[in-house]
Amino acid sequence: MCLAMPVRISQLLPDDMAVVDMDGVSREVSVALIDAPQEGDYVILHVGYAIGKLDAEEAARTLALMDQLAAGEQA
Amino acid sequence: MKYVDEFRRGDIARGMAAHIRTLVQPGRQYRLMEFCGGHTHAIARYGLTGLLPENIRLIHGPGCPVCVLPIGRVDSAIELALRPDVILCSYGDTLRVPASNKMSLYQARAKGADVRMVYSTKDALQIARDNPHKQVVFFAIGFETTTPPTALALLQARQEKLANFSVFCNHVLTPPAMRHLLAAGDAVELDGFIGPSHVSTVIGSAPYAAVATEFAKPVVIAGFEPLDVLQAVAMLVEQINAGRTEVETQFSRAVTLQGNDKARERVAQTMTLRDSFEWRGLGQVPHSALAIHPDFAEFDAELRFTLPYRHVADHKACECAAILRGQKQPQDCKVFGIVCTPDNPLGSCMVSSEGACAAHYHYGRFVQGATA
Ligand code: SF4
Repeated sequence: MCLAMPVRISQLLPDDMAVVDMDGVSREVSVALIDAPQEGDYVILHVGYAIGKLDAEEAARTLALMDQLAAGEQA
Repeated sequence: MKYVDEFRRGDIARGMAAHIRTLVQPGRQYRLMEFCGGHTHAIARYGLTGLLPENIRLIHGPGCPVCVLPIGRVDSAIELALRPDVILCSYGDTLRVPASNKMSLYQARAKGADVRMVYSTKDALQIARDNPHKQVVFFAIGFETTTPPTALALLQARQEKLANFSVFCNHVLTPPAMRHLLAAGDAVELDGFIGPSHVSTVIGSAPYAAVATEFAKPVVIAGFEPLDVLQAVAMLVEQINAGRTEVETQFSRAVTLQGNDKARERVAQTMTLRDSFEWRGLGQVPHSALAIHPDFAEFDAELRFTLPYRHVADHKACECAAILRGQKQPQDCKVFGIVCTPDNPLGSCMVSSEGACAAHYHYGRFVQGATA
């Protein structure tokens, strides 16, 4: 039930709704819980509502750190 | 899928596991509770236990919404659903939770109750609009992740004056449950917590500070993908080795200190803290759940209908209570996989994919703790 997933906002609609793209499938969801949603933003979708934004810079930093840890040990 | 595939790379997982092996101190035990069922599921699905050194033990926690719902509350929902004037709506997994007298909401439906599975609270509102002559009750369950959508439904119902809509509120809170687990007389021994992902997106990392300091346990808030879990384990091992007991956030791509203000405000506006609430497995936990706020009393199903609460004991053979407290494993249950299966669950831990028993059943290679 808490299994939410990251989706991309492809189009903002009236009434705090938006079209999101989930692996090529479009779906209308609510963005009423998101501050200033923008097209192109990635959000976490849960039971029909975006509950938080994903920060691209932080994600890149985490991935770089993971690569570094893994590589250091494989070398 | 972006933000998913990158966090599932097998080669990186193996490298990180090798890194963790260099971090652990021989002779030391690392007992880490993954609070959330989402983590339990990921650990089982990706066989993460098999990648970790033997002195790291992952212990399942109670963070599975349908697992902790006590039988008494499901009985109340069934009672409501059986009223001829009521349409009861809830999320799919909730309908399968076993209650008293071999009943569940699905079985109530077979007996003629109007029970509808909804994907979102928006669906429940639509059912209320479409059925003005029926009482439409949303049976709301879940942790802090699932609470804001219920809050928005209450606000929407008020705005539309949807008089035939109400909410049977069973939302529960994560930090009080963590404290309760640690404070219990028979508490499971833990060295740290893998903290929830999406719950923390909503509430932020700040609420865990009290748990970390008061009980001297490190908490690392982790994403739900396998590499996230491995990185969080590495961070916990480092904290434990250094004797630190801090709240750290591995899932920094979606968790801030204060969380989602907008979501938290909507919840504060529409719901209020209960003095106490029964959890399956944990019993009564003080200040651990939400009721409908008095300002929204007209939408509170507990006030609209008389719903006396009765405590009902679990099935005698079911070990869910001990499993939810981290004291037993699914394999310790005599009926696991024999009488109790996902198609025919005897206890709540076998119902949803986040339940420990269901995760063990589906991904059998997850054999941690089995006599090796
Ligand atoms: S296997 Fe079934 S009966 Fe046993 S503890 Fe799990 S849910 Fe309960």
